[in-house]
Amino acid sequence: MAESLAVPAVVLQLQGVRKTFNPAQPNAVEVLHGIDLTLHAGEFCAVVGPSGSGKSTLLNIVGLLDRPTAGSVAICGQPTQGLADDALTYLRGHRIGFVFQYHHLLSAFTALENVLMPLLADAGFPNPLMVQRAAELLEQVGLLPYLAQPANRLSGGQQQRVALARALAMQPALLLADEPTGNLDTASADSVFALLREIGRREGMAVLFVTHNAALASRCDRTINVVDGLIVGGPSAG
Amino acid sequence: MTEPAATGITLPAWQPFEWIVALRFLREGRIQTAFIISGIALGVAVIVFMSALLVGVQANFMQRVLTGQAHIQLLPAKEVVRPLQMFSVATTSAVRYDAIVQAPLQRLKSIDQWQSIAQQIGRMPEVLVVSPAATGAGLILRGDTSRAISVIGIKPELYFQIVPMADKITRGSLRLTGADILIGSELATDLGVSTGDPLHVVAASGTATILRVTGIFDLGNKGANARTTFVALRTAQSLLGLVGGVSVLDVTVQDIYAAETIAARIRATTGTDAQSWIATNAQFFVAVGAQQSSNTLIRLFVALSVALGIASVLVVSVVQKSREIGILRAMGIRRGQILRLFLLQGGLLGLGGAMVGAVLGALGLLLWQQLQRNADGTPLFPLSFDPGLFISALALSMLTGLVSAFIPALRAARLDPVVAIRG
Repeated sequence: MAESLAVPAVVLQLQGVRKTFNPAQPNAVEVLHGIDLTLHAGEFCAVVGPSGSGKSTLLNIVGLLDRPTAGSVAICGQPTQGLADDALTYLRGHRIGFVFQYHHLLSAFTALENVLMPLLADAGFPNPLMVQRAAELLEQVGLLPYLAQPANRLSGGQQQRVALARALAMQPALLLADEPTGNLDTASADSVFALLREIGRREGMAVLFVTHNAALASRCDRTINVVDGLIVGGPSAG
Repeated sequence: MTEPAATGITLPAWQPFEWIVALRFLREGRIQTAFIISGIALGVAVIVFMSALLVGVQANFMQRVLTGQAHIQLLPAKEVVRPLQMFSVATTSAVRYDAIVQAPLQRLKSIDQWQSIAQQIGRMPEVLVVSPAATGAGLILRGDTSRAISVIGIKPELYFQIVPMADKITRGSLRLTGADILIGSELATDLGVSTGDPLHVVAASGTATILRVTGIFDLGNKGANARTTFVALRTAQSLLGLVGGVSVLDVTVQDIYAAETIAARIRATTGTDAQSWIATNAQFFVAVGAQQSSNTLIRLFVALSVALGIASVLVVSVVQKSREIGILRAMGIRRGQILRLFLLQGGLLGLGGAMVGAVLGALGLLLWQQLQRNADGTPLFPLSFDPGLFISALALSMLTGLVSAFIPALRAARLDPVVAIRG
């Protein structure tokens, strides 16, 4: 089982984050121009902005999948500059959960096994406790009856819920959701959003929720608007 | 087994994460997996079949050759001519003037001090038997007919330990007293004699004697059956004019492949012309060497094609699963785990293919043995199913799988999760 780490009040802190693709080359492009952002435990924050504004790049940097060209990123108070790949991977695995627009479930595995995967990779070998935890998570997202179903036989909404359960497996302090409702119909999108909201509140997780859906963004605690690589307009309450 | 009642899901508790995922990935692409396992199996079957066949041929040759001859033969030192040297008064150095040296006639002669040499060799720990023999040419006269023969005088109790004549006797017995002779089946037919018949034997020197046929043998070679005769050592010594002497010391050793080394030591210590079976069958070793080289080349190319097959399947798998790999990395799975996951797939493919291939190879050998038979219906030669061959084929195939999976595995481990997820 994943060890439960204490969650500090400030879960995410970005200071002057810049990102340039192809630096020091003629085709260098700076997509983030100095982002400052602080996210507290239990906060549910929407990220909106037009396509190509840098939302996904920002999310990748926050999720430690990419490194900023300048500025600093701290997760749960731990600075990440200079950390080696394995240390970043460990931090990512234990502190951050991901839900993407596409579920990216492993089709060779059942719903339960997909949820189990982060726990299994962390522990090395399966054990009954982690199976129990995965089943509980599936119950939370309303999919306990489907736990033995192969992932590719579930509906789109169900697959996205399994992906959400998988993101929660390691009890992350920060959940990054990159348009998780983008591929779903309105009813499924509402259902997944409500689930995210509820679980985030219950678990005290900070959630960064990228969306193009203004209605969903308005239901978040606050919204940040990313335009041309900058946060504009200041934080607004949802 | 991990089996909570609430889920009914079972995951073997002894299987590590990488093992579970690797097996599932292989099972998911079952058609791809089946094809590559078939390819590996065919390759391994060819290797097993060819190797066992080559070993069988060699073992059969050894068995046939080495049960009919000594491993080392000691012959008297060759006679040489030493030209006279003339001294030049002016330079006081030895100068040879137009020396024309004619090769001397090699007379039949005894090995000098053969009893002490036989004792000396017999004391060597690697030597099994030392058997003295007096050999020479002769004639058998019967009525108007005469046949040239090779007279071999032996001590039966020693010589029959080297050449198991009991297996080769077709009529009569192996008894060899001073007045007995054993002759080949072809010679018996030519002369129209059978056991109990007397034969007039004349040596090249003119010495003659009457001997009685006690046994007729078949050495498996028509020429040898027409010429070879065995008599007691004393009989041969008096016939050939080698009283008290022997012209050959036949030696068998424990390790047949050490025969040449032992022969060299005997040459160095006794001064005799010791010839090992390896030196006298040099052509056979050239043929075996060529066979082994071609076999090694075939094995190499088969292994290479197996490796390329595994690598190509895994490269395709990495491309197909790049998004999944990206998401696994995003979930906190380390590069090392991804590397092991793909290496394991390569190893499992190699092992699975080798197991099927080993069975196919063994079946092929059995089938070959059934189809390829001597005229009398007996197997061409016995095949040996050496467990070592199967184990080494399994190990080699698994190693090939691991090595060929390395580049695809490295590629998977180095995938940038951002790029992989974006696809």
